[in-house]
Amino acid sequence: MALTNAYIQEKLVEKFNDQVFQFSTDSGILSFESAAENNLKVLQFLYEESSLGFTFLTDLCGVNYPDNQGAELVVVYHLHNFIENIRIRFSIAVPVAKPDVFTATKLFESANWMERETYDFFGINFIGHPNLKRILNVDEMDYFPLRKEFPLEDQTRIDKDDEMFGRG
Amino acid sequence: MEQHSHITLPKGSIEKTTTTLNIGPTHPATHGVFQNIMEVDGERVVSTEQTVGYIHRAFEKLAERRPLYQITPITDRLNYCSSPINNMGWHITCERFLKIDLPKRVDYLRVIIMELSRISDHLICNSIVGVDTGAYTGFLYVMQYRELIYEIYEEVCGSRLTTNIGRIGGFERNFTNTAFTKLEKFLNEYPGVLREFEKLFTRNRIFMERTQGTGGISAARAMNYGFTGPNLRAAGVDYDVRVQQPYSSYQDFDFKVPVGTTGDNYDRFLVRNAEMWESISIIKQAYQKIQEFKGADAEIYHADVPEYYLPKKEDVYTKMEALIWHFKIIMGEIDLPKGQIYSAVEGGNGELGFYLISDGGRTPFRLHFRRPCFIYYQAFEELIKGGMLSDAVVTLSSLNLIAGELDA
Repeated sequence: MALTNAYIQEKLVEKFNDQVFQFSTDSGILSFESAAENNLKVLQFLYEESSLGFTFLTDLCGVNYPDNQGAELVVVYHLHNFIENIRIRFSIAVPVAKPDVFTATKLFESANWMERETYDFFGINFIGHPNLKRILNVDEMDYFPLRKEFPLEDQTRIDKDDEMFGRG
Repeated sequence: MEQHSHITLPKGSIEKTTTTLNIGPTHPATHGVFQNIMEVDGERVVSTEQTVGYIHRAFEKLAERRPLYQITPITDRLNYCSSPINNMGWHITCERFLKIDLPKRVDYLRVIIMELSRISDHLICNSIVGVDTGAYTGFLYVMQYRELIYEIYEEVCGSRLTTNIGRIGGFERNFTNTAFTKLEKFLNEYPGVLREFEKLFTRNRIFMERTQGTGGISAARAMNYGFTGPNLRAAGVDYDVRVQQPYSSYQDFDFKVPVGTTGDNYDRFLVRNAEMWESISIIKQAYQKIQEFKGADAEIYHADVPEYYLPKKEDVYTKMEALIWHFKIIMGEIDLPKGQIYSAVEGGNGELGFYLISDGGRTPFRLHFRRPCFIYYQAFEELIKGGMLSDAVVTLSSLNLIAGELDA
């Protein structure tokens, strides 16, 4: 039987009831959310339930919505079932004041660096991660640059010596 | 001993039986900016820690303030051995997001360019594996034919390495006759070269002994590590984005997905070589399909999307409408629809994904690049553990790691 978005949704609701919510289909990919503390349960269910079989973590990344009070930081998982060739998107939101999320490294080795990257850029604290430290930025950095509060350089600034940047 | 008593050594450094070896960030044995802090016991690798990020340029942050068309040059600089695939991948993401349908001829032209860049990507990777095992000739030999590919890019878009090729909706100009002549020249000459390249390596005793059984990984572990592309296929999983989620009319082409069994350096080499043959066949099919277009159809090189595709320059000077669109596009004054999309293409070294979130503004709210080699480079320690140091070098190059993509 071909796996469909409707079936996945039905299975998830059957297992988690109202713990999974916000189902929607965006350009063919089923998206849904759950509470942050349930992320591992949902991922494990998707991985181990034989009729779902989402055993491939395609992508893991963070998003910052500064206007969503209490849910400023979001972690998005893209999962893929190779056999049925179907993708889903699963996301959880955490407050910026306490950005704690359980690590998925026990399920997916690939989550290791992707979580480090998400920590590096958004400051999301992955509980249980074996080596949670900065990966692309310098270790001494004391801010999380992909958060919206961190501004891009003002292109009209004049306090810089432009000669060094080939704009003199 | 007495006179050295003022020297304090790090704790445990005398008792230690292994040596710490620092390879990189720049080192002749690493093709790109890679640092590995290795713990070696004699010549055996005990453990390694990969350091990445030396050329991090904050692309994802930059993209948040650029209109779509200005993001294309950023994608050039991800996997710079096959820039056109990145460019097209980005255009395809935008087109899917904006629901733009492309004429078939544009799809086929894109397929030609993408497959050419797949060849140039694989050709570099495989010949570098040769260099690292001590065979320099193959590298110099195929390098001449990468030049032919770059000349075709040059003819189509004007640049060679960081191509910025195409636009949202198609190409910036039609392929010239010279471009097709160069393509024909390449198609005529390259198969012979590739055959000779294979002759130099595939059954070469030294090469086989250096690469077989080193850097191997099982299919299950490879999937768990997020491998994609030739590296995953070498481990025996026939996952190819071109087949699973066809884009740019790949469903119209007849090609095989080569797979390996052991996922070792030799299998990766064979899979890439086999893929080059498939790419040649795809290019031939696409070229034939293009020649079948007649009359006005044979001149189409872009879709009709005035909001995103720049009008002709002479129209900008003479027509009001074209002038308005030109201004709006250049100044980035077109609001995007709300929504999000994940779209992937089969890059040179794996699934290159773009995750775009738009809040209805003029620039992406968030853009994340799924960079294949960033994800599978994590497995490097597992691949080389217990092996010889010199095999680790070969493994590093056979993984087709590109520093630009790793660090984004």
